[in-house]
Amino acid sequence: MRPEWPDATGHFGPYGGRFVPEALIAALDELTAAYEAMRVDPAFLAEFARLQRDYTGRPSPLTDVPKFAEHCGGARVLLKREDLNHTGSHKINNVLGQALLTKRIGKPRVIAETGAGQHGVATATAAALMGLSCTVYMGEEDTRRQALNVARMRLLGAEVIPVTTGSRTLKDAINEAFRDWVTNVETTNYVFGTVAGPHPFPAMVRDFQRVIGDEAREQVLERCDRLPDVVLACVGGGSNAIGIFTAFVPDNGVRLVGLEAGGDGVETGRHAATITGGDPGVLHGARSYLLQDDNGQTIESHSISAGLDYPGVGPEHSYLHDLGRAEYRPVTDAEAMEAFALLCRTEGIIPAIESAHALAGAMKVGRELGPDALLLVNLSGRGDKDVETASAWFGLGGHPAPTDADDRAVEAGRGADPGPGLDTDQQPTEGAVTSGEAVAGQDAEEQA
Amino acid sequence: MSALQDRIFAARAEGRAALIAYLPVGYPDVDASIEAMVAAVEGGADIIEVGVPYSDPGMEGPVIQEAMDVAVRAGRGLPDVLPAVAAVAAAGAVPLVMSYWNPIERYGVDQFADDLAAAGGAGVITPDLIPDEAAPWLAATDRTGLDRVFLVAPSSTDARLAATVAACRGFVYAASTMGVTGTRAVVGAAAGELVARTRLVSGDLPICVGLGVSNADQAAEVASFADGVIVGSAYVRRMLEGQGAEGARALSAELAEGVRRPGVRA
Ligand SMILES: Cc1ncc(COP(=O)(O)O)c(C=O)c1O
Repeated sequence: MRPEWPDATGHFGPYGGRFVPEALIAALDELTAAYEAMRVDPAFLAEFARLQRDYTGRPSPLTDVPKFAEHCGGARVLLKREDLNHTGSHKINNVLGQALLTKRIGKPRVIAETGAGQHGVATATAAALMGLSCTVYMGEEDTRRQALNVARMRLLGAEVIPVTTGSRTLKDAINEAFRDWVTNVETTNYVFGTVAGPHPFPAMVRDFQRVIGDEAREQVLERCDRLPDVVLACVGGGSNAIGIFTAFVPDNGVRLVGLEAGGDGVETGRHAATITGGDPGVLHGARSYLLQDDNGQTIESHSISAGLDYPGVGPEHSYLHDLGRAEYRPVTDAEAMEAFALLCRTEGIIPAIESAHALAGAMKVGRELGPDALLLVNLSGRGDKDVETASAWFGLGGHPAPTDADDRAVEAGRGADPGPGLDTDQQPTEGAVTSGEAVAGQDAEEQA
Repeated sequence: MSALQDRIFAARAEGRAALIAYLPVGYPDVDASIEAMVAAVEGGADIIEVGVPYSDPGMEGPVIQEAMDVAVRAGRGLPDVLPAVAAVAAAGAVPLVMSYWNPIERYGVDQFADDLAAAGGAGVITPDLIPDEAAPWLAATDRTGLDRVFLVAPSSTDARLAATVAACRGFVYAASTMGVTGTRAVVGAAAGELVARTRLVSGDLPICVGLGVSNADQAAEVASFADGVIVGSAYVRRMLEGQGAEGARALSAELAEGVRRPGVRA
């Protein structure tokens, strides 16, 4: 069942719509029409299903994590394993759909923005698979903290352009991608990475990502004979969250909880908790909550997680929030890193730092609800890309002293020398797992 | 009942196109930017587009981005355009604000319309607001009598040209190329074609062309088919080069000669 929103012009209640230069309207109209035709075309549906199965590796498994769950008030915790998808996150779900759409409208080139690099890697992957040329815009700051993904994109044949304007993060990468698009729209399709941006992106990306929740709902019912009490996901732009929420929206008894990046704490002003700490406005082509000052200037966001470090959020989340259908809560860097370390040591799963925000949310909500609760958590990605950041956070040995081979890899990937470890200045905050604890693999019980 | 249209018609009566100069308020600082606007008027600009500094100017190329970034970091924004508007009016040109939508929504759509009208502003260009999303703005501008300028582009369908022109008051802004602001070596053929297509549906409404015009020859070329010539990045580049108000005055003088070349208007 498809939600009754958005309306024909892309509005989720007061949110969404199209706030873009007129020059892009024709391209957005073309995309909308082509997508509406494609999404009911049996040939597309068969091809999309084949790619999801044989290329991505869907359905992704559902994993019980009882030892991690001991830290969640003893609730039962199930992880939806989007980290096991090809390329390592949920982003591939959306990209395969948009790449097929690009082929359908006959454009030979794709562009994308990326924060953590996962959407860029997914787009570069699909472009390689389908023979499209690919340019990825990435904030210069993000090219440093996610250097591994820059190297992956380049290995896959994509051009990576570090963006040096504004805050040099995801928001500025999106601005640059739109500028490229308006200039090259005859030949180029913009493969947008999340459920934000102008219509039709929020609805289309939701449709491509909803497979997460469609699968998970069936898997939970089969395994537990009931629906979960709470579904949790991290929210950057909001695509993995919408992806897992959508199937459950009609299930009124199921709480939907989105975890926003609280950075140093919402009260410090250094965060990326858009719904918790922002208000409605217009950014990147749509009306939604955003972080802004009195002049309507976008405020730079802060998060240890590059993929959540975004001052906007998809319009459907703003609508679900205002409707009261979903709740949005902040998780600080320290809380996320504590959950990150716990999952590593209790279950042998290294999560993406983005996904660790959802895990931290499960720890809080589980403790509130107690042992009878059943929590479904979207593990949106794996943490390989975050090893450098996490090592710096926990002060693990061997870092930041790269070997010669590392140096060369870093050079190749970054094309510039940003120096070792972006986060060397960061210290564990009170309450986080200290490096000693992390290395020693402290007994799980002691953490609770 | 439109200050912009009246001024453009006055230029037309002189057998020339109007010259419209864009400068962002707040670069290098508010006072210096206002001095540059006044100098641009004294050099021959008919209309000044007072740019609102914005953190995410999606339609701007590198030159205007650089100036805006300085202004935004200094905390400048929509409230700073009001004194600039008053100064431009006092200097004898028609003040027109150019603003991305979020600053206006944040200020309050009705409040801004009232304050701009009170400061002597003629209207607003909204580069990321299409008429389809503009209901509150249409109401506020109707109530206050402000002009509202929307954009058309080479990619606009005939239906969108007609709908956009119908929503405009003052003039319609024809974006000469697909792309962002910035100086270009040549003004492409797309500009002339777009103006011709727009003329079929625009009736009395003037058509002004922007994006890429930087010198007198290009101004003369555009003046041969459009009612107004909009120049932005070339002014801002002179500001970035540190030429200040005298740079703006000199550029206006060059461009004013361009839009007056004999025989350019059919
Ligand atoms: C693993 C992972 N999770 C979550 C996100 C955040 O994006 P979204 O909120 O659109 O799911 C990203 C973005 O890069 C990501 O890589």
